[in-house]
Amino acid sequence: MKADPASPAGSADTLSQQRPLGDRGFQLLALASGLLVLVILVLIAVTTSQQAASWFSTEGLKIFTNNWDPATNHFGALSFIYGTALTALIAVIIAVPVSVGIALLLTQVVPYRWSRPIVYVVDLLAVVPSVVWGLWGILVFAPWIQHIYASIASGVGGIPVLGALFGPPTSGPSFFTAGIILAFMITPIVTSLSREVIATVPQIDKEGAYALGATRWEMITGAVWPHSQGGVVGAVLLGLGRAMGETIAAALVIGSASNVITTHLFVPGYNMPAVIANQFGEASGVFRSALMGLGVLLFVFTIIINVLARGIVERSARRKRGA
Amino acid sequence: MTAVAAPQQAPDLREPKGWRRSKNRIMTVLMVIAFVLTIIPLGFVLFTVIAKGASIISWQFLTGSPIPPNVLPAGIGGMWPAVLGTLLITGLATLMTVPLGILGAIYLNEYGGRNWLAALIGFMSDVMTGVPSIVMGLFIFSIWVLHFGYSGLAGAFALGCLMLPVVIRSSYEMLRLVPDPLREASYALGATKSRVTLTVVLPAALGGIVSGALLAIARAAGETAPLLFTILTVTQANPNVFSGPNTSLPSQIFSNATQPYTGAQDRGWGAALTLIAICFILMIAARIVTARFTRYSR
Amino acid sequence: MEQPEQNVVAQTETKMPKPAALQDTRPSEGAVAGPTGAEVFKSKNVSIYYSSFRAVTDVSLSIYENEITAFIGPSGCGKTTVLRTLNRMNDLVPGARVQGEVHYRGASLYAPGVSPISVRRRIGMVFQKPNPFPKSIYDNVAYGPRINGIRNKAKLDEIVENSLHQAALWDEVKDRLNKSGLGLSGGQAQRLCIARTLAVEPDVVLMDEPCSALDPIATGRIEDLMREIKSQYTIVIVTHNMQQATRVSDRTAFYSVLRDEKSDTRTGVLVEYGRTAQIFEDPQDSRTQAYVTGRVG
Repeated sequence: MKADPASPAGSADTLSQQRPLGDRGFQLLALASGLLVLVILVLIAVTTSQQAASWFSTEGLKIFTNNWDPATNHFGALSFIYGTALTALIAVIIAVPVSVGIALLLTQVVPYRWSRPIVYVVDLLAVVPSVVWGLWGILVFAPWIQHIYASIASGVGGIPVLGALFGPPTSGPSFFTAGIILAFMITPIVTSLSREVIATVPQIDKEGAYALGATRWEMITGAVWPHSQGGVVGAVLLGLGRAMGETIAAALVIGSASNVITTHLFVPGYNMPAVIANQFGEASGVFRSALMGLGVLLFVFTIIINVLARGIVERSARRKRGA
Repeated sequence: MTAVAAPQQAPDLREPKGWRRSKNRIMTVLMVIAFVLTIIPLGFVLFTVIAKGASIISWQFLTGSPIPPNVLPAGIGGMWPAVLGTLLITGLATLMTVPLGILGAIYLNEYGGRNWLAALIGFMSDVMTGVPSIVMGLFIFSIWVLHFGYSGLAGAFALGCLMLPVVIRSSYEMLRLVPDPLREASYALGATKSRVTLTVVLPAALGGIVSGALLAIARAAGETAPLLFTILTVTQANPNVFSGPNTSLPSQIFSNATQPYTGAQDRGWGAALTLIAICFILMIAARIVTARFTRYSR
Repeated sequence: MEQPEQNVVAQTETKMPKPAALQDTRPSEGAVAGPTGAEVFKSKNVSIYYSSFRAVTDVSLSIYENEITAFIGPSGCGKTTVLRTLNRMNDLVPGARVQGEVHYRGASLYAPGVSPISVRRRIGMVFQKPNPFPKSIYDNVAYGPRINGIRNKAKLDEIVENSLHQAALWDEVKDRLNKSGLGLSGGQAQRLCIARTLAVEPDVVLMDEPCSALDPIATGRIEDLMREIKSQYTIVIVTHNMQQATRVSDRTAFYSVLRDEKSDTRTGVLVEYGRTAQIFEDPQDSRTQAYVTGRVG
């Protein structure tokens, strides 16, 4: 570049230089760190699929049959997929009303001063590690709730739908117990995300409802809920994803019974993460490949759910900004 | 439609009759019940862990070596290998992940702007927080353990994969809160972007970033699943985190939980109390850092 | 039980002892000249506090039936705060306290046992920024009647149509009642909010700078609306726009700010209250005169 005669001698050179090497290097380093996320995700998909390949090829579509018997080389995983869906569903059904209730309590009912301690308590639920939930679950909770199951089961024994769900046999470690523990575990995240969404409802909308003579609950259903339903749906989906992937607590309290597909909720069963955790140690060959494959399925399911959930939250946030 | 100007009764301004008030009250009560429903299991768990674990914990417990599970009483036998393992493996994961996470967040906030790559990375980073921890374990098993064997390092990699997106997201939020005038003042003095970021932006956001990192560490310290296939729970202490199988508090609790012997179970409670105490201390530390050292918060 | 007060003009309007002998000579369109109607609101020595901060001090005035009363004054003088005492909306602000008495048709609004919900059903409010719910136009207007227990679809249809007619919005939206209320223009959205307010058949409509976010044409339509519905409702409007006050209102209350040098606080005060013509053409207080002649903003 030509020196600019108007500027003081000697300075024109510095002005026209490229950015110093260190500066560019730093930018590249930052970029590389960011890209690491994408790289890891791709690598996860690739390497685990590779490991699972032999399962997919030997079993083909039979992976979706309900026949898991490593001793005879059968690896149909339908019961695990069923168990994953079932326990996650139970967890969500229990956790969502509770979480949304707490979120509403914190944002609409409780004066700000009291909301901090309540949030602390809910966050404490998240501090308890998965394995401690499992330890408590199998040693304390399951034996205790077994009695409750037994009473319920004897009560609804003959009744058509209820009997199929809650009738005998019963066992402490079961689908339902796993569902309850998972519900405890996903409550903090669903609560905190719902809270964020609900807190963004503009004050003026709430005043509009009150000005029409609404009670607080009527204001919530009229002004708050239409604003936040998208975000809360997203939060629920995220909770669902979490419940599906939660391993150790489920592994300890689900009962570890393969090939169980039934309407009964109080029976021992299995789900994908739990069977991987419990059986991987002794697995080799196609067995191990099958467990890997379950991991691949889990990965795919949770990615889909998370993308959906984040997408829904994004879209409702965008719509609100645009409106 | 409205009251007439002629002699009028004073209007009745009391509560409207009927179900409206009751419905409102019922809903409020239900919301409170929801909160109570979370306190009960939390209290139950904490109470049990403290009650059963407190009698086990002692200096000997924390620093002694383990004994076979079927031996009683629980007073003998320690958790030192697990404690050591947790400290080493989580520490290593932190060392690897936190700088990378901060750098990633720096890219997203300072360099990425609104371009499609930054948006994609941000989005996928959030999605990654939802990947089950056991999948991370399987991943590291496939890509590392199969070639280099079990080690604390492998476990650290797995924990790191868990921590990375969490650190990125929380650091990003903190960097975003640093006001632009701060950057502009630095640029106006002729600083390069890297210098601005490292000397002005990062220190301003540091409190919040550290707090977020502490929470990520707390989560990683409690994870079991990623370690199952990467460190292969053993009972001997292994200070060499780079080679050979290892153990950790969560791993130990997991294996003790499935033992039928009460001695092992009791030691499990002791380990659980230790673990919860560690997570709790980290959470408190995060809160203190947020309260004292964060300059810009929401 | 209070008798409707006749000829209260001389007694309660202005603070100055000058006889208010001036006739209401302003020929405003649709304004009802002549004797006033019932006293709808009577405020006596009302002061409003936010925690320990006194926002408004010692306001006494009466609002009369089927009239449009305007509150004018510079920013921060408390006119919106006073407006909100009339329908207990200040209850929503933590730490807000009202001292003094506010009577609505003889009943004290702040007596124990009074339900703000009942109050607000009778005394509706339109806000500065249009705030339709994120629901359909139909559901917006039907919201009020629904929470008051009206479920019958035919009745709701009738109420929605009537309200939208009154708000001069029916023709524009009758074919898209199911579309979201958020998709309307500013002026339409504000008329939707007015329809929503009218749907519960209130006695009074309070308006807090309803046109400040709207363009002149939309403003004009709302002012026409106000004159049309005046005969069925009592309206109190806070406005920054003096010309608007002269265009639509029968009475005007002028508020200003009292600055306390010692504590460096500002408190709102009611300076003068009277028939609009008198306030603007023959203000009694020098502060009023300074404001309405534009010498101070």
